[in-house]
Amino acid sequence: MPKDSGIGASTLRREDVRFLTGTGEYTDDIQIAKQASAVFARSTVAHGKINSIDTSAAEAMPGVLAVFTGEDFVEVGGNPAGWLINSRDGEPMKEPKRPVLAHGKVRHVGDAYAAVIAETVEQAKDAVEAIEADIEELPAVIDMGEALSGNNFVHDEIGTNQCFDWGWIEDNRAATDEAIKNAHHVTTLDLVNNRLVPNAMEPRCSIGNYKASTGEYTLHTTSQNPHLTRLLISAFVLGIPENMLTVIAPDVGGGFGSKIYHYGEEALVLAAAKRLNRPVKWTADRTEAFLTDAHGRDHVTKIELALDADGKFLAFRTDTKANVGAYLSNFSTATPTFLHGTLMAGNYTVPLVYVNVKAVFTNTAPVDAYRGAGRPEATYSIERVIDKAARELGMDPIELRRKNFVKPDQYPFASAAGLEYDAGNYDALMDKMIEVSDMAGFAARRAKSEAKGLMRGFGVNAYIEACGIAPSNLVGVLGSRVGLYDAATVRVNATGNLSVMVGAHSHGQGHETAFPQVVAEMLGVDAATVDIVHGDTSKIPFGMGTYGSRSLAVCGSAVVRATEKIINKAKKIAGHMLEASDTDIELKDGVFSVVGTNKSVTFGEVALKAYIPHEFPLDDIEPGLEETAFYDPANFTYPSGAYCCEVEVDPATGKVRVDRMTAVDDFGNVINPMIVTGQVHGGLAQGIGQALVENTTYDADGQLLSASYMDYCMPRADDVPFYAVDHSQGTPCTHNPLGVKGCGEAGAIGSPPTVVNAVIDALQSGGHNITDIDMPVSPGRVWQAMQAAK
Amino acid sequence: MTNVTMTVNGRTVSSDVEGRTLLSSFLREGQGLTGTHVGCDTSQCGACVVHVNGKAVKSCTMFATEADGAEVATIEGQANADGSLNAIQQAFQDYHGLQCGFCTPGMVMSAAALLKDNPKPTEAEVREYLEGNICRCTGYHNIVKAIMAASGQDVSAIAAE
Repeated sequence: MPKDSGIGASTLRREDVRFLTGTGEYTDDIQIAKQASAVFARSTVAHGKINSIDTSAAEAMPGVLAVFTGEDFVEVGGNPAGWLINSRDGEPMKEPKRPVLAHGKVRHVGDAYAAVIAETVEQAKDAVEAIEADIEELPAVIDMGEALSGNNFVHDEIGTNQCFDWGWIEDNRAATDEAIKNAHHVTTLDLVNNRLVPNAMEPRCSIGNYKASTGEYTLHTTSQNPHLTRLLISAFVLGIPENMLTVIAPDVGGGFGSKIYHYGEEALVLAAAKRLNRPVKWTADRTEAFLTDAHGRDHVTKIELALDADGKFLAFRTDTKANVGAYLSNFSTATPTFLHGTLMAGNYTVPLVYVNVKAVFTNTAPVDAYRGAGRPEATYSIERVIDKAARELGMDPIELRRKNFVKPDQYPFASAAGLEYDAGNYDALMDKMIEVSDMAGFAARRAKSEAKGLMRGFGVNAYIEACGIAPSNLVGVLGSRVGLYDAATVRVNATGNLSVMVGAHSHGQGHETAFPQVVAEMLGVDAATVDIVHGDTSKIPFGMGTYGSRSLAVCGSAVVRATEKIINKAKKIAGHMLEASDTDIELKDGVFSVVGTNKSVTFGEVALKAYIPHEFPLDDIEPGLEETAFYDPANFTYPSGAYCCEVEVDPATGKVRVDRMTAVDDFGNVINPMIVTGQVHGGLAQGIGQALVENTTYDADGQLLSASYMDYCMPRADDVPFYAVDHSQGTPCTHNPLGVKGCGEAGAIGSPPTVVNAVIDALQSGGHNITDIDMPVSPGRVWQAMQAAK
Repeated sequence: MTNVTMTVNGRTVSSDVEGRTLLSSFLREGQGLTGTHVGCDTSQCGACVVHVNGKAVKSCTMFATEADGAEVATIEGQANADGSLNAIQQAFQDYHGLQCGFCTPGMVMSAAALLKDNPKPTEAEVREYLEGNICRCTGYHNIVKAIMAASGQDVSAIAAE
């Protein structure tokens, strides 16, 4: 029976009420008295030398309060890269400065070189038009191959467009080469992992405020991790003392990675607020979001899979060029390396993996983590080449995968790409997928499609990912410049209800509902009495925010640890009240009782005693009932899954329609199945979007051709089917207290290769000898592939 | 500046606006009705959908002056008189039809317009009607399900988990 409360219950979300009644409070909904507006002047060329910027006409415009240019920020720091990658030769990566406003050169269309602050946003927009910028256009560096071979540099001072040349695992390089050279069979595939724009529906927005009397700054901003934003601004960019800067991320309308990072606009509104002694707000329009939000993916990869005569995998070798854009966004160097290369063994016992990634600067928007971040790229490469190998060897694609799966008795399993998988059961997932998807009925469905003149294909995928990012000691060794723990404070109030302050940030994930389920279950109290506080650095402990499917696995574990401390202390108080040893006290259903007696006190009575500590053993116990825990996990968590989909392809138009999509995931234990299922749904749509309709296109001059919803195709409701989602086959994570794994990114990781494999299967069934097609699999691409294969 | 007067959620409001003031700005900045969201500049995303004289309209694509004399309904006026969620809002909560909540007001307003015209839409009709509303979080599954449930149809056969 499904539970109706606590861990495992599909509790309805309490946050929904405010969102459904229009009473949520997103950053742009906030108006502070005397608030002025900022609008940015952005480069219309991809690469240009700034000869001069004359702001005098703009400054004289009605309502204009100030105009800033890059000159105003030469004395302050830059927005840093959060992860140091060393090249194969040991050289550290190239780290050009990323200033608040462009100085000297503009490096991508949309690069901001000036900002106008005015009384109204309309006045600021008008004044931006009056800025006289003499920007000499330079040839743009767009194609990654040309970027690496030419001598036209995005950053002249580093004299190369190669950020790094990374090998993983470098010690395995020679052995991998040898294994491929001597293998019975090698399957090779050239792939493009298309560049995507995250497209959270809420555009970025920031409000800077400054209180001259105390020197305190406040930044309201659309962030997934307010403490990290504060740290970056304080320690690297503006040097504002951390204790003089409060960062508040109120309701945030989606992130998908794009709101992890600190952006120059946040620094600008703070600097402007101080100069003007007024609050300053900036809100992106959608085209600004396309031009300046960190993009995702953009890998060009050659992958080789070596197999023996029985179909056992001998080695994976990949050669990848990863676009980092014009500047290093905060985690842009971690995404194509440690979040990608370490997953290149997939779910398989393959003994050798070698990954080479060259990161390339181009005159395009910065590229960073987008839902899945590196892991979709790894899964896509692996799972596409396996399907191709199965076809070449005449093997069943599911059987080929099963033959190479890590088996349940092999955990903990040291993968050839350097990770230790703690738990999983990939065959069980595959079995469940076959059942849930009614794979047995596929032949009949194909016959029906063919009767309508359509080709029908079945595509399959097995994925593993590493999330719950993750152990500080490990990521430190690998080059991370931040820790990746999280934190929670559980405050039991005197009247017995609870406030739980968490470092994770909820921007759609439902933390306000799910975290109380955990606390309520542990304490035996009603979840409705537990309130979650998040998003405000002045209220919450120093946590690292939400991304990489880490909220429950990392911050949720901190919540558990803090609640355990509460229970321990509450038992001492109860023991005192009941004149018993705390070791004889048990907690059940919100009541503390002396084991084997009928003596008891309620949770509420203990809470009241903690704050009204009359007749209290002050020598042994402090008053109050509030505990904080920082949790730093021992490992990543390793969700895995088996996905399949069925597509129909219209041979007359090349149009692909996803008809059925099944996702069977192992998320370990599940706190709120409704929310977890919803997370998978969203990931599936984003993965289907990547596979079929989404693409970010720059022309050779670096103009972004897909800079609005007119030109960048977002998946709509009629692009996707109802999904079948199952997470009944969970193998609990072995190293966190709840046994949970991350669920936020799985759908976006598992679905793209599933869809493309299905398209190829469909085309093959129609007699078209097509073994490869790039995403997005648009009607035009399908049509051209069919013509070329004739 | 031009004076406009309109009824918003049953209340008469009047204000001087510039010719270029959009209805969405009038509602958000002028009336403090920030439940109507703006998610794009090209009339695609639908986060700004409100009803004008009973019809679903993208308020970012209509000047405030064009709504002079009109009856406007926004998300803030959708709940029942006692403050409880109306049938569509309740179905969105019951079926987890929202995550970050940003597209939600537009989705609810579009759903209301759909059900007014077509009280028992099929799945395909719901999906087609939502062409003008983009959601990045939910993958649409639970939105479609919620709208069908709100229309009184049995959605128990649609996969839940």
